[in-house]
Amino acid sequence: MQLNGGQALIKALEMEGVEVIFGLPGGAILPVYDPIIDSPIRHVLVRHEQGAGHMAEGYAHATGKPGVAMVTSGPGATNIVTPLADAYMDSVPMVCITGQVGTASIGTDAFQEADITGITQSVTKHNYLVTEAADIPRVIREAFHIATTGRPGPVLVDIPKDIVDPTNPRSAMEWYWPTDAEVIAGLPGYRPTTTGHPRKIKEAAELILASERPVIYAGGGILKARAAEALRELAELLDLPVVTTLMARGAFPDDHPLSLGMPGMHGNYTAIMSMQESDLLIALGSRFDDRVTGKVPAFAPHAKIIHVDIDPAELGKVRRPDVPIVGDCNQVILELVKALRSLLDGGAAPADITPWRSTLSGWQETYPLAYEPPAEGDLLKPQMVLEALRDSAPEDCIVASGVGQHQMWASQYWNFRHPYTWINSGGLGTMGFSVPAAIGAKVGRPDRMVWAIDGDGCFQMTAQELVTAAAERIPVKIAILNNAYLGMVRQWQEMFYEERYSEVYLSPDLPDYVKWAEAMGCVAFRVEHPDDIQPTIDKANAIDDRPVVIEFRTDASEKVFPMVAAGHSNSDVQVPPFQRPAGDTSEEVVQ
Amino acid sequence: MTDQTVGEPRHQTLSVLVENKAGVLARIVNLFSRRAYNIYSLAVAPTDDERFSRLTVVVDVESAPLEQIVKQLHKLINVVKIVEHDPRHSVERELLIATVKVAVADRHQVAELTRIFEGRILAVSHDALTVSLEGHPSKVDDFEELLRPFGIAELQRTGRVALAQLDREPPRLHAVSPVRGKAG
Ligand SMILES: Cc1ncc(C[n+]2csc(CCOP(=O)(O)OP(=O)(O)O)c2C)c(N)n1
Ligand SMILES: [Mg+2]
Repeated sequence: MQLNGGQALIKALEMEGVEVIFGLPGGAILPVYDPIIDSPIRHVLVRHEQGAGHMAEGYAHATGKPGVAMVTSGPGATNIVTPLADAYMDSVPMVCITGQVGTASIGTDAFQEADITGITQSVTKHNYLVTEAADIPRVIREAFHIATTGRPGPVLVDIPKDIVDPTNPRSAMEWYWPTDAEVIAGLPGYRPTTTGHPRKIKEAAELILASERPVIYAGGGILKARAAEALRELAELLDLPVVTTLMARGAFPDDHPLSLGMPGMHGNYTAIMSMQESDLLIALGSRFDDRVTGKVPAFAPHAKIIHVDIDPAELGKVRRPDVPIVGDCNQVILELVKALRSLLDGGAAPADITPWRSTLSGWQETYPLAYEPPAEGDLLKPQMVLEALRDSAPEDCIVASGVGQHQMWASQYWNFRHPYTWINSGGLGTMGFSVPAAIGAKVGRPDRMVWAIDGDGCFQMTAQELVTAAAERIPVKIAILNNAYLGMVRQWQEMFYEERYSEVYLSPDLPDYVKWAEAMGCVAFRVEHPDDIQPTIDKANAIDDRPVVIEFRTDASEKVFPMVAAGHSNSDVQVPPFQRPAGDTSEEVVQ
Repeated sequence: MTDQTVGEPRHQTLSVLVENKAGVLARIVNLFSRRAYNIYSLAVAPTDDERFSRLTVVVDVESAPLEQIVKQLHKLINVVKIVEHDPRHSVERELLIATVKVAVADRHQVAELTRIFEGRILAVSHDALTVSLEGHPSKVDDFEELLRPFGIAELQRTGRVALAQLDREPPRLHAVSPVRGKAG
């Protein structure tokens, strides 16, 4: 079958099972947009290419399928660099197609030329500059294969205009679709290891049985490997307590008796201290990120480490494991469960962990997540807004978050009971992530309620995508926790810069969020009084035909606790002032 | 390639087999730069199989643990195979060419030095000599040092290349395999 490169590209995407492309056209990618008209693939026209990238990410987070974004050359391509970096940090499977100037013009500083493969080399898992129309199907297949296997990540495919433009003879090609075997043979340097080494698995099982203070340190890899069920099986087999990192929220149910919640800089006291006092950390798809470990030499000083990851480079990068296992989390956990069962069947007796579990529940009782309710006439406490949103939403509601204080409160106060219900920017910490990510998630899971929890600062970075949502009838819900500040930065300035507030004030009413949201085609509400929280949420939850925005006016002085100051040991975790023992006058640690 | 301030940095030689595709060298170099690994020297050439090229990289293992460097390199899709050369079990070679400014009267000293090192004289003019030396990098270092007092006008080294040493074990006898697979 004779096709032109543009048709071949769209056909290749169809063959890969792509349902939706998030994108925005321009000169160089024009020829590829023409066959979209005749394709069953849905195209969501964004208002800024950054939105397309985060939508693709949100879609991928929610569905497990690779998200696809398509943009033009030059500025279109550079606008999507942030989402690529974001997807790279959080291992999100994504394929990004960029237009490029014609092959003959490459390197001449042609109009809208940018060396996007050069620019994105260090923020993509791999990228391609395709130079022949005949290569398009193979490259697209490889791109999806690489994006979705091993440690997932973004792959960029740069397509010069001449090889897709039907008026150019260079675009003519004979259609073919490479087999799996051909794809693998074509990538001799890419062979991800998926099955763990049996001897290591046995060693791990023995360590687990011998441990008196075990903790499962579950990371985002659990979700990528679709291993939530296996994780639960492992935990329940021996009553192993589980912490779920910011990237793993939802991988283990928060209401499970073995759940300790989130560790790290703003984790809860028990999760943090459980790792500090543990004698065995079972790290599953987690990467010892600095936000989790705090000061590395002081992190979990008594713990042996079992580290399971599909990326060999993560093993030993930060902390040398006692038992390193390279492999797919799901497969390795299932093997581990098998190994444990056979040891137990053989008469092995696990160490007694009841004292450990009672230590943990003691901490949970003494240091629960808590905040002080507002005094009469005060602004809303962000935590109470989140509790109300949480308690009004169905339990499979998807929550996407921005970056800042509101993100930490959302992660702390939401009650995640299902995998793939929490979508956030963990590694890169990209402000402006939530609105487009929520839209992408809703496109992928139209059956689910999707709430974006956003900050006023974040909202101003990507709010324009609500126009996309309104135009495309994608009924997401946005809660802006408007504290009139770049709150997280304000918190650091308050605690570590002697309350010298430098460039963090935003204003509560400039812009007018309600008018702005309405102008973008949303239904919008403002809540200033505690009594209005619930009725307004109820109204928002009842709307299902267009986007809704609620602006909550929240107290700017509220800080996120617990907190481990950057560079400090996790053992120096600060609980909120009202939880500190009487007589403890130790104010915030100064950096 | 930053300054070595204290002591002699520990170097390790890696032989990296890569797919012979556009931009692969840039990916490798970019990886070193972005992860703050130092490259001491780098040599690239095609192999006998046209699909692949071989890079010989001498890395500074004080800038990062060798294990991390190797694992991160392996993550590049176009990297097919990496061999770590233990200097005790590998053959390493480097080529130096240099032009030395010498008066006719002193020329014989340079010629003599080159002869001792088993190097070659490539060109001669009224006031200069161009010499070359191929050998183990440490021998090349020594030669360079002894050449320096004469006044080096230009000097170029290739960076080292390396292969694993052949083992001295006697060859094992293999059973003659039966028919090698059918034609077609
Ligand atoms: C693109 C980007 N720029 C800057 C930052 C640094 N930063 C982290 S949190 C934050 C404040 C976010 O403000 P807001 O969205 O209002 O959230 P809040 O902390 O007030 O809840 C900033 C500026 C960032 N993470 N991302
Ligand atoms: Mg704010």
